[in-house]
Amino acid sequence: MLLEVRNLETWYGPIVAMQGVNLKVDEGQIVAVLGANGAGKTTLLNTLAGVIDPFKGQVLFRGEETQRLDPDAICRRGMVLVPEGRQVYPFLSVAENLGMGAYARRDRDNVARDLERVYGWFPRLRERERQHAGLLSGGEQQMLAIGRAFMSAPKLLMLDEPSLGLAPRLTREIFAIVSRIRDETGTAMLVVEQNAAVALEHGDIGYIMELGRVVAHDSCAALSEKADVREAYLGGGSLVGESGTAQRWKRRRTWR
Amino acid sequence: MSPELALFAQITMNGIAVGAIYALIALGIVLIYKATEVLNFAHGDILVLGAFIAWALIALMGLPFWAALLIVMALMGAFAYGLDALVIRRIAGQPQFSGVMLTIALAFMIRGLVSMIFGPESQSYRTPWSGQSTQVFGVSFANIELVIMGVVLAITLGLWLFFRNTRLGVAMQASSQNQLAAYLNGVQVKRVNSLVFALGGATAAVAGVFLAPIALVDTALWLVTLKALAAIVLGGFGSIPGAILGGLLIGLIEQYAGVYLPHGFKDIAAYLVLIGVLILRPRGILGEAHGRRV
Repeated sequence: MLLEVRNLETWYGPIVAMQGVNLKVDEGQIVAVLGANGAGKTTLLNTLAGVIDPFKGQVLFRGEETQRLDPDAICRRGMVLVPEGRQVYPFLSVAENLGMGAYARRDRDNVARDLERVYGWFPRLRERERQHAGLLSGGEQQMLAIGRAFMSAPKLLMLDEPSLGLAPRLTREIFAIVSRIRDETGTAMLVVEQNAAVALEHGDIGYIMELGRVVAHDSCAALSEKADVREAYLGGGSLVGESGTAQRWKRRRTWR
Repeated sequence: MSPELALFAQITMNGIAVGAIYALIALGIVLIYKATEVLNFAHGDILVLGAFIAWALIALMGLPFWAALLIVMALMGAFAYGLDALVIRRIAGQPQFSGVMLTIALAFMIRGLVSMIFGPESQSYRTPWSGQSTQVFGVSFANIELVIMGVVLAITLGLWLFFRNTRLGVAMQASSQNQLAAYLNGVQVKRVNSLVFALGGATAAVAGVFLAPIALVDTALWLVTLKALAAIVLGGFGSIPGAILGGLLIGLIEQYAGVYLPHGFKDIAAYLVLIGVLILRPRGILGEAHGRRV
């Protein structure tokens, strides 16, 4: 077990953003967390990365509690977050941005090897090596953010909405590379995503969050078969009921 | 060379020398501002403390000038580091004015401390270049001014190389551009910010040690903070090249005002420029066109 989250609860001032969250990630797994706006997905990742301190609950990463550590210490342990909105350093070059990913590392040879890997996955970054990161397109910035996080030698890479603001084709491209990174390096992934179709296609295990709670979890293949998931996230449901007339009631979701 | 031209050359030289010191102070304030978003009003008082310690080391203990300079730089660097680590860091995330209030309060406390320890009188000390001058094309320039220019140039170049080429320097740039990302990359942002304060403190110390021989070692030296602020606004708030350019220009304007304008203009020239820039071109000479960048 790489990551185990037990009964995690986070508050923003007087508002509870997430409660009673249990979640597991195994080595080499891609785990997708789905949910609508405000479901607490970003809160979950920020809490895991140490950006927010949880009110209660435990985060066990490789058997050690990390919920009270600062974000830099958590990064050094191998749990690395690609934050929402990419957060590249706009006035540093692409190469310097990637170098910052390896800031806490001392093993120069492996850093050089990882840099080659990142350039292999994202050839466009090599082309723009000397450019300021602020001048890249949204998709390139997302690639840079993922590459930079990989430069920290993560055991678990956490991606917060990698598809945010990207064209569908680019979203698929990014997810294909995320899968490839997992296949080539065995890095586990925890992906928060609104684009459920893509996430379920590439993920192994899926969790569904609503209003700060995990309401369902299963393998991604099983989740994409569920009627509630299809209706809520995959656009499978319709406003027309089985009788062929417009549905005038809201069916209660059970997530079974 | 005609006497008018010689006079002009001489005050230009004076202006550049004083301006170089303003530039160094402005540079320190901008570095700290960019890293921590705190506008350090105590900067001039760190400089005063440094100048008094230098006086004690040189005039009282008889240490050589360069040794005293290095000791004061190290002491003031450590002092500024501690100031951030123990006090200023605590207000991170508070509105901008709390940083202003806090550093103004610290400024008064440091100034009080200086007059408690060293007494209220002005002091002076000798430098290896006191009273010497060099003749260039029949105009004589004080050697200390040439040394000041050389030192400020060397420090600016050194800082430039440091920020571009070292791991810590790039990390300082990174955490000033995106603090959250720096945290997530494993940078100990709080410590890095304190180190920026240390860097600022050390440059303030250099400025103080070289300003004292051309002014006097006096608590009133803290007023250069305000001149440096005028320089920062003139050059463009938040821009490091702007701070240096602004510092040099304020130094020149002040010297010219002292000679070519009626008595009294020298002291208010910097503030007149400040007001003029704020009214006519609030973003300064090299300022960012689109306001604050996030």
